[in-house]
Amino acid sequence: MTHIVTSYASELETLSSSVTQMGGLVEAQLSDVMDAVARRDLALARKVIDLDARIDVYNHEIEADVMNLLALRQPVAIDLRETVCAMKIAHELERIGDLAKNIAKRALVISQQEPLRALNGVIRMGRISLMRVSDVLNAYAQRNVAQAKSVWGADDEIDELYNSLFAEILSAMMEDASAVNACTQLAFVAKNFERVGDHATNIAESVHFLLVGEYLDELRPKGDVTSLTTVPKPDDKAPDPEDKEQP
Amino acid sequence: MTKADDWVLKRLRRRKRRDAVFEALGVGAVLAALGALLWLLLSVLGSGVSAFSQHFMILNVVVAPEVVSPDGARDEASLRKANYRRLVQQAMEARFPQAVSRSDRRALYSLVSMSGAADEIRTRVVRNPDLIGRTIAIAAPTSDDIDQLLKGRIDRAAPEALRRVNDRQIAWADALVVTGEIKRKFNTIFFTRGDSRDPELAGIAGAAAGSALALLVTFVLAVPIGVGAAVYLEEFAPKNRLTALIEVNINNLAAVPSVIFGLLGLAVFLNAFGMPRSAPLVGGMVLALMTLPTVIIATRAALKAVPPSVREGALALGASPLQATTHHVLPMAAPGVMTGSIIGMAQALGETAPLLMIGMVAFVTQAPSDFTSPATVLPVQIFLWSDSPERAWEERASAAIIVLLGFLIFINLAAILLRRRFQRNG
Amino acid sequence: MTHVESIDVLEPAGDAAGKSAAARELPEQASAPAKFDCSGVNVHYGRNHAIKNVTLKIYDRSVTALIGPSGCGKTTFLRVLNRMNDTIEGARVTGRILIDGQNVYDKTVDPVQLRARVGMVFQKPNPFPKSIYDNVAYGPRIHGLAESASALDGIVEDALRRAGLWEEVKDRLAMPATSLSGGQQQRLVIARAIAIHPEVILMDEPCSALDPIATARIEELIDEISRQYCIIIVTHSMAQAARVSKQTAFFNMGELVEYGETTRVFTNPDDPRTQDYITGRFG
Repeated sequence: MTHIVTSYASELETLSSSVTQMGGLVEAQLSDVMDAVARRDLALARKVIDLDARIDVYNHEIEADVMNLLALRQPVAIDLRETVCAMKIAHELERIGDLAKNIAKRALVISQQEPLRALNGVIRMGRISLMRVSDVLNAYAQRNVAQAKSVWGADDEIDELYNSLFAEILSAMMEDASAVNACTQLAFVAKNFERVGDHATNIAESVHFLLVGEYLDELRPKGDVTSLTTVPKPDDKAPDPEDKEQP
Repeated sequence: MTKADDWVLKRLRRRKRRDAVFEALGVGAVLAALGALLWLLLSVLGSGVSAFSQHFMILNVVVAPEVVSPDGARDEASLRKANYRRLVQQAMEARFPQAVSRSDRRALYSLVSMSGAADEIRTRVVRNPDLIGRTIAIAAPTSDDIDQLLKGRIDRAAPEALRRVNDRQIAWADALVVTGEIKRKFNTIFFTRGDSRDPELAGIAGAAAGSALALLVTFVLAVPIGVGAAVYLEEFAPKNRLTALIEVNINNLAAVPSVIFGLLGLAVFLNAFGMPRSAPLVGGMVLALMTLPTVIIATRAALKAVPPSVREGALALGASPLQATTHHVLPMAAPGVMTGSIIGMAQALGETAPLLMIGMVAFVTQAPSDFTSPATVLPVQIFLWSDSPERAWEERASAAIIVLLGFLIFINLAAILLRRRFQRNG
Repeated sequence: MTHVESIDVLEPAGDAAGKSAAARELPEQASAPAKFDCSGVNVHYGRNHAIKNVTLKIYDRSVTALIGPSGCGKTTFLRVLNRMNDTIEGARVTGRILIDGQNVYDKTVDPVQLRARVGMVFQKPNPFPKSIYDNVAYGPRIHGLAESASALDGIVEDALRRAGLWEEVKDRLAMPATSLSGGQQQRLVIARAIAIHPEVILMDEPCSALDPIATARIEELIDEISRQYCIIIVTHSMAQAARVSKQTAFFNMGELVEYGETTRVFTNPDDPRTQDYITGRFG
């Protein structure tokens, strides 16, 4: 079933393909930044940082398209959800892009330090979050409710991984004071991957709303308990990633 | 310029030429119609206007007692019966003593309208018997031939044998004109009297009264019944085969020759119901039958033209169908209803054929006093007069036509004015 | 935003959409008495089956929009509610239409009285060719609502005020109604309907002949008076239905396809036919 007004239909198609393209870019960025961290590839990290500007441009273009559609077509029902969700997803993708850029910046720092054992865990986590992003983008592109729902339901896996990683990094810091800098950076990288997973979950919610028209309104599964994780020493304050703004 | 452009231009010129030809034809048709109308009006006016005036002769009549009341009786009955014609003859003889031969005398007597003059004297004498023995001056209409002669409608140059007035009559009449004894005056007789055997004494008053009475009957019957039928058919009747059949029949009735309605009136009103012949009542009823389809069709068209939104608006406010009709639909349709009614009445006013069938063609000298007394109507009067041989009748028929046209114009004008008023108030 | 479905969608049995709607949470409004309770309504025009087994409840002090493609039966359904269909030759109505529990098509119900309760505003403004005053005063006059001339004046002023027209016409009440602009005429017609204190006002595409400003005025007026009346509006403008109504019913080919809260119908309709229609897809 297509629109009687073809230009309207093509505008909606353009919008969703812009989102898909933007998603592809973000995927590439995530995958690159993982490689950059794993292989200590500085050039790749810089490329990731540069790529963020393009993602921002996409975001602005999608925003403008959405505004035009709202103003000129007054979409309703599926078209309205399509339009609004495109903007929401673009926004989430833009955030993921920012996180990837942040990870790339930290990769530059980490690459100067001794390699850490926890790195492998972080890479694994990154891979999982990348998978989530890919899955949810596929769900969006193929209008697949089940896939979106499965991404949304699988969020606690990353959270659990993050919790164990966070503990591992903390103990690494305790063991070797000289590794504190690298460990802190790594902890932020892990946190960023965890947040990429959160954004993927948000996108999954949007995709679900787009396709079904209803919100996944049960409480989102929450497995992140790091704010409660402390080192055994009572006077040592746990580093709270939320307090420190990324440089 | 390309070939295609040239072709387009050629076509354009041809189309414009066709437009111009069509316009010219249209203008031509309108002009032809106007010309025919103008011709009709001019010919009617040309031959009819002169009838609005007539020559009167002043006669000094000696009311001789031996002629009026040889036995001395002065009661009204015997005074009415007296031979006043003799008095007129004596007065004419006294005026022109040189006419002594029988033929001269007869020619002399026929200068004046004998019955007109005699009637005049009779009226005055009966009213005032003291006039007996005195000399009175009366103004009597000249005979129709003299009137026609003086109006120039008889060719003086024609051989004497071929004209209705002889040379002596012409000489006398001219002499009387010179002395002022014959004068042309406004023809009151034409407007105040009924029909007569003598053209100079014939008037349209009787026919006009007959027309008025008949039309009154027509109006009272045709308009309420017609409007009522139309309102019912248009607003209330279910739309089914029966009403469709009725509608077709009404439309056909409007096209039925009017003489058929006359036959219907003859068969039903006269023969079956035994109503009086020649009566304005029956005439009006027949005309009403004839006018009904016109009124119904016009009213239905006017009702149809009222936007249904008005009807629905009233109904949606909780007005009953009758209220919606009488409060909103009929007032909006009123101009159309009135136009239709007036057109119908005008048609009825000009109708002759059906009235002939019910005897309204009778020779009636008196204006009808009521709806059942014998009467004739204007168009029948015209028909009768134009059938008579004398020249004067032609003149009078034309004059009657002018009067009839005047009535029709007046009616239509009234219709337009009324409609304007209604529309402004509506 | 949590989505609360406020109307039980009453569907022809066997429709998938009906089931999903029935599964929705029943709203607090559904327990409120319905102004109109229609069940199994069928309308035939001769052989044409114009309305097919429609069942729905319409609530008081609320605006209900009827939408759907031309010839879908929405106007027919509207005209069933005040028996304006009676005036159409060959129209046959079956089923049950209750207004406040009383069957509209009951033999004891006089359509004339019913129309005093259920007023109607038409597509084209149709003021009577009379003065502004007489237009508004007509209804009260025929129903004998005013005991004196001053009482009638009061009714006319009140109706014109409520229709938001008083300030514009108070100095020219004797002028012909046809001298007003289209939007003013439509508000005059609404004032005329209000003047007889109806319980329900049916509106058949009341803004289709008006410009956007006049339309906005009418919509504002609808919003204003919906606090007192049950308003049912047929409209071809989906945007208008979305703007003015609380409930929306979508008709297609004589069927009631979907009926529900406007916000839901316009964001997440149950039936794919509704979706296709309101988004402008081939149906």
